[in-house]
Amino acid sequence: MQHIVSILMENESGALSRVAGLFSARGYNIESLTVAPTDDSSLSRMTLVTSGTDDIVEQILKQLNKLVDVIKLVDLTESPHIEREMMLVKVEAVGESRSEVKRLVDIFRGNIIDVTDTTYTVELTGPGERLDAFLQSLSSISIHEVVRSGSMGISRGEKVLGL
Amino acid sequence: MELTGAEILVQCLKEEGVEYLFGYPGGAVLHIYDALYKQEDVKHILVRHEQAATHAADGYARSTGKPGAVLVTSGPGATNAVTGIATAYMDSIPMVVITGQVPTSLIGNDAFQECDSIGITRPIVKHNFLVKDINELATTLKKAFYVATTGRPGPVVVDVPKDVTGAKAKFSYPKDISMRSYNPSSKGHVGQIKKAVELILSAKKPVIYTGGGVILGEGCQQLVEFSQKLGYPVTNTLMGLGAYPATDKQFVGMLGMHGTYEANMAMHHCDVLIAIGARFDDRVTGNLEKFCPDAQIVHVDVDPASIAKTVKVDVPIVGEVAEVLEALIKQIDVSESKVDTSAIDTWWQQIDVWRAQDCLKFDTEGDKIKPQSAIKKVYELTNGDAYVTSDVGQHQMWAAQYYKFDKPRRWINSGGLGTMGFGLPAAMGVQLAHQGETVVCITGESSIQMCIQELATCLQYGLPIKILNLNNGFMGMVRQWQEFFYDKRYSQSVMNVLPDFVALVEAYGHVGIRVEKPEDLDAALDAAFNKHKDRLVFLDVITDPEENVYPMVPAGAGLNEMVLV
Repeated sequence: MQHIVSILMENESGALSRVAGLFSARGYNIESLTVAPTDDSSLSRMTLVTSGTDDIVEQILKQLNKLVDVIKLVDLTESPHIEREMMLVKVEAVGESRSEVKRLVDIFRGNIIDVTDTTYTVELTGPGERLDAFLQSLSSISIHEVVRSGSMGISRGEKVLGL
Repeated sequence: MELTGAEILVQCLKEEGVEYLFGYPGGAVLHIYDALYKQEDVKHILVRHEQAATHAADGYARSTGKPGAVLVTSGPGATNAVTGIATAYMDSIPMVVITGQVPTSLIGNDAFQECDSIGITRPIVKHNFLVKDINELATTLKKAFYVATTGRPGPVVVDVPKDVTGAKAKFSYPKDISMRSYNPSSKGHVGQIKKAVELILSAKKPVIYTGGGVILGEGCQQLVEFSQKLGYPVTNTLMGLGAYPATDKQFVGMLGMHGTYEANMAMHHCDVLIAIGARFDDRVTGNLEKFCPDAQIVHVDVDPASIAKTVKVDVPIVGEVAEVLEALIKQIDVSESKVDTSAIDTWWQQIDVWRAQDCLKFDTEGDKIKPQSAIKKVYELTNGDAYVTSDVGQHQMWAAQYYKFDKPRRWINSGGLGTMGFGLPAAMGVQLAHQGETVVCITGESSIQMCIQELATCLQYGLPIKILNLNNGFMGMVRQWQEFFYDKRYSQSVMNVLPDFVALVEAYGHVGIRVEKPEDLDAALDAAFNKHKDRLVFLDVITDPEENVYPMVPAGAGLNEMVLV
């Protein structure tokens, strides 16, 4: 099963490689990983999507917690949460496909953020599955480039992952 | 007053109570060596190879409980130290390793003797730090010692660029340190303690299985009280030997691959397993699917990640072993439940039947020296009170089986990483920490050659270590596996092109004695331990070349499927 782990850690050089190194050394999967400083520049917030059996995920959480740079973490999948990912797609937009792409972008509530005579660049934000669905709907259209941010997540309600 | 970074570093070591700094100079640490030259509080021990510096600091730490301290230069100094750091990491040994680094302006430039020490050591340290600013040097060293010695201990590397040691800053050493991202828990959960005690007291066939964590966590006295209050059998892992007195009747020996028959059978048949400061290593459990099939398991460990890592646990307790044991003892006293003494008597009768197999008996006939008998003789001669270091292989297992440790911190060996070359340098650290005490290094002709250059260090500092070289002309454990599982194809395990060890150790300025016949062993031991008490003596003991370590749980088998002889 897929798990979204949100990690609050010291914004120190090398902190990211400690997490990445832990996953490669112990043979765990990383499906996606995003990281950036928070409003407090001494902190980094990382969202890591991984998968494994319950036992493996329990070990992953414990091993992450054991890293000295990790302050707190939460498995968002255990409770209601919001998941968002951003995608930039450059697609062919000539002839009939030009209007078809525009229609699809409207349906998926994305934005066309760059235009040339032959291409559109589309920005789309949402849960990972919605981005997958958008790419699928483009099946008859030639895709030049796809850039995805990886998932970010946050708990619903008043629950906070903070100091 | 302003101090240089090098002076600050040395002051910090002093503040941390570092008696001995094991190291080797080089370009990037010249400022630090100059600062060391100008003081006498921190004594520097000059090894002959950086690997030995880490092992010596490790031996010092294991035998005292205090953190070991190491200083090496950048590049090859740091990479040579890696084996010793990994050894300490696997066995959770507190150690602070200071590595020199090229000046900050050159980092990343492929400068002379530059390597990414932080990157290389990251997977084998508890934590590591690169100090880029002299104003952070003292705090970082404080953190390094704090992290290394608290919670589940481990090695910490501090990488210090040369310009940081040359710069000047005001020095003040922080009294306390707290880190928002690092808070090891100490007290066990009260509810879990109660639950554990009810389970423990309900046991009819219990086993107390303890590891190195009881020694590291200074919980040996509490373990003895806890175990004797219950009257349950106790087994120790390789790392845990000495935590419970080996000569006590409740001790059933070491468990695992080369553990005793009674320990492994008791494990397999137990109904309640009380695991304390142990980590269910694969050499302990054998085949996990066949491990303790009927047991409910209580597991006490300071590291939550050790709990339920390989084996499911019924009552996990996270906390310092000593504190948790004290809480368990108190709870046993107030609990309305009592030990089921008749069931425990029956259980002991069963264990005594297994014991009667006398699984550690060995053939003493013949004209070759049996390695087991050599170790037994050392045990008797030293009244079981020596500090014993070992290398890795057959001799290590025999030492663990035949030297009965009644006290903790006397058995010093590389259990997790299994590092050949560990024994002699570790013995140096032990001997420095315990001057006047007997330190024996039990080794083999293959292991000893991996750090034999340290004989020079031993001479320089007058370390009267007794080296028992069990010389069978093979990498014995490799040969044993090749005999059992590869049809006796002894691929590259023959080690019969050897130096004349006696001449070699004499060239280093020590005493060497070669022993070839069983009847000469006593006199040689007497010479080593009495006549040449104050000198390093190397006993090159030629042993039966095809002796095997028994009993044995073959790879993939359950603990109850031991091969006895």
